[in-house]
Amino acid sequence: MSDLPEIPPDDEDEFGVVKKFCYVNRKAPYGTVYALESLEMVLISAAFDQDVSVVFMDDGVYQIKKDQETDGIGIKNFSKTFRALEGYDVEKLYVSKESMDERGLTTDDFLVDVEVLDQAAMSALLAEQEVVITA
Amino acid sequence: MSKLHTVNKSPFERNSFDSCLKHAEDGSAVLLIEDGVYAAVSGGEVATRIGEAAGRLKVYVLGPDLAARGMTEDRICDGVSVVDYGGFVDLAEAHDAVHSWM
Repeated sequence: MSDLPEIPPDDEDEFGVVKKFCYVNRKAPYGTVYALESLEMVLISAAFDQDVSVVFMDDGVYQIKKDQETDGIGIKNFSKTFRALEGYDVEKLYVSKESMDERGLTTDDFLVDVEVLDQAAMSALLAEQEVVITA
Repeated sequence: MSKLHTVNKSPFERNSFDSCLKHAEDGSAVLLIEDGVYAAVSGGEVATRIGEAAGRLKVYVLGPDLAARGMTEDRICDGVSVVDYGGFVDLAEAHDAVHSWM
């Protein structure tokens, strides 16, 4: 007899706790490592079948700007990963209207489909989350 | 003494850019690098400030940092010149001192 604990059956119900996770991205993509690290966390949450929402506000809206071309700065262009989120069932992407407007951006500037929320709608979205991580 | 100022922070997140503009003497050069390049993009709330600055300072923005952030040259405010890494070196060489605003 082994002393190892019994491995639970590979049944999703065994891991049935699903929480509403929200990642709030507030930093521009390459000046600091926050944006990339936040994206890693989004992917990990998705791998655990959590209910994930991703918000882009303040300088975070720059993370999903189209046409990023990073060869000249020697940093990996991770913006393409945002387009792959759909494949991980992460489809709830939100952008702060105020942040977008202040920066002279429109939804045409983004490389993924997003829902634009004003401040009141954004507050309501955040209020209903169980885990919120801002980076 | 001629000076080259560099700003590497987003004008929306820090006040490095505004402090630089407040202190830079007429005729000096300001080079926007890294997240500082967002200050050069037209259409946003910073555009008026960069427009005023371009009237009394020489304003440059680093091309590779713009491209990394998905900003094409047609989005850059009037009066701002795009330079490459060689241009950065030329600017540093052409001025007596470099003041970096981080």
